Amino acid sequence: MSDEKIKKEDISSEDTVIEIVNMHKWYGDFHVLNNININVKKKEIIVVCGPSGSGKSTLIRCINRLEEHQKGQIVVDGVELTKDLKNIEKVRSEVGMVFQHFNLFPHLTIVENLTIGPIWVRKVPKKEAEETAMYYLEKVQIAEQAAKFPGQLSGGQQQRVAIARSLCMKPNIMLFDEATSALDPEMVKEVLDVMIDLAHGGMTMIVVTHEMGFAKSVAHRVLFMDEGQIIEENEPEEFFNNPQNDRTKLFLSQILY
Amino acid sequence: MELNANNENEVLVKPPISSVGVIGWIKGNLFSSPFNTILTIIIVSILWFSILPFLNWALIDSSWLPDANCRESGGACWSIISSNYKIILFGFYPQDILWRPITAIVMLVSLLCISRNRNYWNAFLGYSWLISLIIMGILLKGGILGLEPVDIERWGGIILTLLLSVFGLTAAYPLGIILALGRQSEMPVIKTFCIFYIELIRGVPLISLLFMSSVVFPLFLPEGVSINAILRAQVAIIMFTAAYVAEVVRGGLQGMNKGQFEAADSIGLNYFQTMRLIILPQALKIVIPPSVSVLISAFKDTSLVVIIGLYDLLKTTQTTLSEPKWMGFSAEAYIFIALIYFVCCFFMSNYSRKLEKELDTGL
Repeated sequence: MSDEKIKKEDISSEDTVIEIVNMHKWYGDFHVLNNININVKKKEIIVVCGPSGSGKSTLIRCINRLEEHQKGQIVVDGVELTKDLKNIEKVRSEVGMVFQHFNLFPHLTIVENLTIGPIWVRKVPKKEAEETAMYYLEKVQIAEQAAKFPGQLSGGQQQRVAIARSLCMKPNIMLFDEATSALDPEMVKEVLDVMIDLAHGGMTMIVVTHEMGFAKSVAHRVLFMDEGQIIEENEPEEFFNNPQNDRTKLFLSQILY
Repeated sequence: MELNANNENEVLVKPPISSVGVIGWIKGNLFSSPFNTILTIIIVSILWFSILPFLNWALIDSSWLPDANCRESGGACWSIISSNYKIILFGFYPQDILWRPITAIVMLVSLLCISRNRNYWNAFLGYSWLISLIIMGILLKGGILGLEPVDIERWGGIILTLLLSVFGLTAAYPLGIILALGRQSEMPVIKTFCIFYIELIRGVPLISLLFMSSVVFPLFLPEGVSINAILRAQVAIIMFTAAYVAEVVRGGLQGMNKGQFEAADSIGLNYFQTMRLIILPQALKIVIPPSVSVLISAFKDTSLVVIIGLYDLLKTTQTTLSEPKWMGFSAEAYIFIALIYFVCCFFMSNYSRKLEKELDTGL
């Protein structure tokens, strides 16, 4: 595993894993996502940022259909997400998601949190699932907590467990929905380190975050959203040093000080 | 070094005597202010003037042996229990074969006690329940293995009360959960049916349901077909309790964090897996206290079957009281069955507290 960002050239332009075309979504009359077009390649890391209420979270929640879009197309791993899609669980099991508030299952131990998906969805034998769980817990450096319950862990530890839980499903794509915004400042780094590690390992990731350091060090593209639209899209260096849109400039001036 | 010295000092410092021990407790809780002191004195004197005469009546002036002449002593007549316990507890079950219901009840109670401990919950216990239920049925009903047959109509007293409540509650709880899930369903037909059912059943008293089951329902049966009165009462109790359980469980489901559903969805669990593995274990845990309230009141409500002429514990007691010899001793008889009801209800609420403690995972 290298410490370098995966080179742009390494990302094959043929391997599209997520394709969103002319996608719209409304909450009642409110146009929350307006004409979204995104094409994500395999191993690509995309950071989505923007002011609160701009639709970032809704956008990535559409990708595993926690939210339904009403117009346009979303194709994930070759499967189009539609209303009459019978096997949405199949798509979801290929797309890992990490939430702002961790959403671990509080009545299960850490290991049970990690094995429940593989055992019930993938039908992996319990013993094998536990081995996989321990492997990923080692990877997020929290193996010694395996027998505890989520309520006994700190926020940063819980979020690392949540990442490990997603990884246990061996997903092709990982979505991060403001994974560090509910954490105490001193815990943000331990979670970001895990995410950076994953990025170096070649995972395809879409990350909603305000951690601009993360965006600079691993992202291939930064999307800036406002009022349900993607109004700027660029490589990190260009995006931060030379923003084009006025709204982007204002946003950056407000968060970077 | 300084830190160590501090620690040593801390070990030596003890709380003042007046705040610990019996004296400390009395001072803190009974005589902490003039108002509390007056309250304490009033309550102690009320207890003194009420409990003492009661103990005198219940224990000292009382007669205990069967066939004692109660009218002469001024105290409690526990003889009514010792003379009639067979009728009170077992109704009109043939008195020469009472070992059969007694064995069945002992089996039931021991299984319930074993099942309290969740460590013993395994397939073996499940089979034990199944086999024991069959044995209990055979013991009570007879008719095979050379056991004298006993008509179901003659089951009474505690047999009937336990039968109606144990089966009533164990069947009503899962049914209530299904109704609660149905009420949350996105499918309009199922949702409407569940709402309609719950509101209809909750809108009528149990007594009217029992009447329906015993008087109205048989009118719709074809001639010659009859369904046992106990079974009909049993179904009415199950239907009634399930509606209440459903509303309690719905409270728990609505109290669940939306994130739990999303997390379960995001790892690809389907609806049934999500409910069974993630949502219900948490939701049911939240609603343990209100569910036990519902179950306890359902247990006590089984005594309403007297209305349709079934001889449960309450009715057999009343039967005893209608004998001229025992008229006027209703207090003793009712205290006795109140104790039985209390023990059962206490068992349930005690178990619920134990369960809550065991399931507490700190979040």
